[in-house]
Amino acid sequence: MTIAIDRPSQLKTETNQPSPNGTGRFAIEAGAMHVYYGDFCAVRDVQLGVPANKITAIIGPSGCGKSTVLRCFNRMNDLIPGARIEGEVLFQGQNIYDDNVDPVEVRRRIGMVFQKPNPFPKTIYENVAWGTRINGFRGDMDEMVERALRSAALWDEVKDKLQQSALGLSGGQQQRLCIARAIAVEPEIILMDEPASALDPIATLRIEDLMKELSEKYTIIVVTHNMQQAARISDFTAFFSVDDRRTGVLIEFDDTEKIFTNPSQKSTEDYITGRFG
Amino acid sequence: MDRLNRELESTLCLLLPDGEQGVNMTQSAPVAHAAVSAESMQGPVAGVDGQADADAVGGGPKHDLRRKPRVGESFIQGFLFLCGAVSVLTTVGIVIVLGRETLLFFASEEVNLLKFFGGTEWQPAIGRFGIWPLVTATLMASLIAMAVALPVGLCIAIYLSEYAAQRTRSILKPILEVLAGVPTVVYGYFALTFMTPLLRGMLGRDLVEIYNTASAGIVIGILVIPLVSSMSDDALTAVPNSLRQASYGLGATRLETALRIVLPAALSGVAAAFIVAISRAIGETMIVAIAAGAGPNFTFSPFRAAETMTGHIVRISGGDLSYDSIDYNSIFAIGLLLFLLTLSLNILSQWIVRRFREEYE
Amino acid sequence: MMALHQQQAVSEPTGGLMPSGPTYHRQVEARQRRGRIWAIIFQAALVSGVIALCALIFNIVNQSFGYVAIVNNIDPAELAVDGTPLNALPKEQLVEILEANVSAGLMRRYAHDVPFAERSREDIHGLILERVVEPQVQATWGLFDSVFARGSVMAEAEERFPGSDVYFRSWLTTSFISNSQSSEPLRAGVRTAILGSLWVVAITILFSFPIGVGAAIYLEEYAHRERPLNRLIQTNINNLAGVPSIIYGMLGLAIFVRVLEAFTSGAFLGVGDQSTANGRTIISAGMTLGLLILPLIIINGQEAIRAVPSSLRQAGFGLGATHWQVIWHHVLPSAMPGILTGTILAISRAIGETAPLVVVGASTFIALDPSGPFSKFTVLPIQIYQWTSRPQDEFRNLAAAAILVLLILLLTLNASAVLLRNQFNRRQANA
Ligand SMILES: Nc1ncnc2c1ncn2[C@@H]1O[C@H](COP(=O)(O)OP(=O)(O)OP(=O)(O)O)[C@@H](O)[C@H]1O
Ligand SMILES: [Mg+2]
Repeated sequence: MTIAIDRPSQLKTETNQPSPNGTGRFAIEAGAMHVYYGDFCAVRDVQLGVPANKITAIIGPSGCGKSTVLRCFNRMNDLIPGARIEGEVLFQGQNIYDDNVDPVEVRRRIGMVFQKPNPFPKTIYENVAWGTRINGFRGDMDEMVERALRSAALWDEVKDKLQQSALGLSGGQQQRLCIARAIAVEPEIILMDEPASALDPIATLRIEDLMKELSEKYTIIVVTHNMQQAARISDFTAFFSVDDRRTGVLIEFDDTEKIFTNPSQKSTEDYITGRFG
Repeated sequence: MDRLNRELESTLCLLLPDGEQGVNMTQSAPVAHAAVSAESMQGPVAGVDGQADADAVGGGPKHDLRRKPRVGESFIQGFLFLCGAVSVLTTVGIVIVLGRETLLFFASEEVNLLKFFGGTEWQPAIGRFGIWPLVTATLMASLIAMAVALPVGLCIAIYLSEYAAQRTRSILKPILEVLAGVPTVVYGYFALTFMTPLLRGMLGRDLVEIYNTASAGIVIGILVIPLVSSMSDDALTAVPNSLRQASYGLGATRLETALRIVLPAALSGVAAAFIVAISRAIGETMIVAIAAGAGPNFTFSPFRAAETMTGHIVRISGGDLSYDSIDYNSIFAIGLLLFLLTLSLNILSQWIVRRFREEYE
Repeated sequence: MMALHQQQAVSEPTGGLMPSGPTYHRQVEARQRRGRIWAIIFQAALVSGVIALCALIFNIVNQSFGYVAIVNNIDPAELAVDGTPLNALPKEQLVEILEANVSAGLMRRYAHDVPFAERSREDIHGLILERVVEPQVQATWGLFDSVFARGSVMAEAEERFPGSDVYFRSWLTTSFISNSQSSEPLRAGVRTAILGSLWVVAITILFSFPIGVGAAIYLEEYAHRERPLNRLIQTNINNLAGVPSIIYGMLGLAIFVRVLEAFTSGAFLGVGDQSTANGRTIISAGMTLGLLILPLIIINGQEAIRAVPSSLRQAGFGLGATHWQVIWHHVLPSAMPGILTGTILAISRAIGETAPLVVVGASTFIALDPSGPFSKFTVLPIQIYQWTSRPQDEFRNLAAAAILVLLILLLTLNASAVLLRNQFNRRQANA
């Protein structure tokens, strides 16, 4: 399969990027972004504006750089030795890769939920409280914890065992705890990397419902391998693929409905209908 | 640990800029207080800033993402770096100290390199500074130790990794660890009060002196057996099982598999273990100080008393020693020799491990 | 393999060059036999290791208990007053006995040290035993002989030391632990040495734990592996772990004792022991051992920190925590059991170290308890070394008893390390 090299850079104008709420506001916007691991170019020339207060899904074959792109949005790639990024990522008009930007500030505004639930080996309460405490929260901690757990649809299940270890929860509960923990610090954007892939179908559904609810208040970017999931929950979908040098490229970005019913790219259609990857 | 954490947390808050900015945030709905929190997190000035820019960037509250000085954070990192640097300073200290005193030693007119490496008599009192008696005693004790430790240690390692059941292993390994944890002064006592009488009883009191390198060497051997066996065992168990299965599949016996397939595959690790053991034996001090004799003696008989390099250093420095005397300087010269000897052995063993490491898969 | 080739030559080439049939069976039997012989050799090696350990323990226990033959200067029975034995007499009469048997000068010195009115009855009883009865050890026997060859021990004592008092003595007693150092083997104890060991180890821990853990954190969390400086630090630590301990003693002698004498003697605070103001103090010894175990603590700490899953770090960073917050709140608590286990093992190494402390300058004889980091010092292994070096048998017995004390101390420490590790493993498994 061949991909025109200049394709993604034209994408933004061509596909008439959606402007949610009619405000024309992007929560976060990547411009001409290249990511390298050492000498290997993992993703090149990504041009992508993510609409605010919507769910945006990132799909694509394994190894096409979905996680890489996601991590670029809150500078988690800084933690990987050898990772390097070119181009810019605009968040509220500021390039988060500017020299004078503090990655710690960025991550506090742009939270992340990981593929495998990773609660701290502390109590449930402490899991939620910790992030806010280190960020200087001095309000009513109990109330805040309850609110976060309610938002994550976990409150009823754990309200009697807040002081027990979070490691005693089921996988699905742990993942919702991680979401509660992320929203407790009140980010603008929540990045989710295959948040339900380690969970059974029932737990997956609960997470999906939760994402729907959260999208009223937060911008959510979710990486998923599950096509139905992307179709079910997302408002917009970005499709990534790899070129012949195994470098990831953004093929198409549009309304989810359009992507799944009438994609403008042949490779998108191949992938969605299962003829690829 | 948890308690400790909490206690220190308050201290930490003082160190970190984040902790100082807490403003009471009581809110109702998340979206609404995103704005509130933005203000309060940044302090009044940044907050006004944020409000002013907010409209320009599409309606939302704008956050100040600029780097703030994290003094505490940099201070801590600097401190941690210093901790790491202490180890380098230790090495530098060792080299400077040993080097300086050695230079002073050779600067005195009584000694020169030729006498030092050419003489077979070490009698500082009458100005004889030939290192050989100390070196031969050291080598003799180490050789005897290796004759004991290498075969026994390797056999134990092979038994543990190739023959013993998991349960047996789990009992035997701690026993070897106990053996390794016994202080060397205890081994010295053992050499003097057990091994020496034993040797004298077996070989005759006329042949074996009360202080002798043989019993010290044997006990050093016992001391390093756990080192040899556990390092070799690690190397042997690291050989993947697929190799063993391949060997059995060709009709090889357990012994053939162990000696011809597994051992060669683990050879670099085993060799490294041997070399580390030699270095350990050369540097061993208390056993020889107690059991090998208290006077330099140029002899090749393991049953005579002879003083090793380490034994000599201990005896001289244990007495009343005045700084900058030739005695004082001389032990540093011996120390430098010892340091260089053991260091090169250790580097050699690391090099062997790295150079000949078998890459499975 | 040789056997295989020979077999090939003689075997019937039925279907190939490989031996088969009875020839092959014989060959396999021979190989199996060789295998069994070697298996026995391997086991024998193991057994010899265990025997060595048993011999070591037997030797020490054997020397710690057994018969002693003692000759008294004055038989305590002669000191009995009106049929009341010496050890039942009231204090006043004991003082009289003492006065009657020792010189007036000695009495004045005792009175000068502590007035007799303030001394306890036991104290005076002890003085009488020491100065009047003056027991002298003539010979000692090991536990094995004392139990299994009791008759010949008695006969030998009777023959060589007629009139001596022969009794079974445990050299390891509570008074052995609570007495201070003495030149009289029957009254000598290890209190000074134990206190010295505790002081030295306390300094060692204070010095090496923070620095060691700090260095481990730096190397695992902050240092870029590729930077030459960090690689140098890492290689350097690995090599330091193999430097003979006596070299550290020489470093301590040159740096702590000599160069930093003003500090290590306590002179800068004006607290040191003025009469012997030099750097051969507890603090020098502690810091020397601290440098010695630093590489062990660092290497162990690095392993423990490396074992903390990176998902934990990511979770912390993802919430906007700073690097240090992640380390302090998540990495360190998770790594702490591993770090502590390694530290305990390193400390037990420090407790057993002798050679570097001889070089740094442990005191050969002190009966005074250490009073602080600037005191002169002796430690348990040094005490053992000194007793072992004495030619008299009774000091060997003392050394054996001191070794038992040391080994029990170390065993307790190691057991606690193992318990800690197991508990931690269990918690990991449950999680
Ligand atoms: N830490 C890393 N170091 C080096 N290369 C990496 C690293 N992480 C990812 N890569 C490479 O970058 C490319 C993209 O990886 P990424 O994890 O982003 O893919 P992905 O789309 O998330 O895949 P999956 O769907 O399997 O999660 C891959 O070729 C991968 O090998
Ligand atoms: Mg991924």
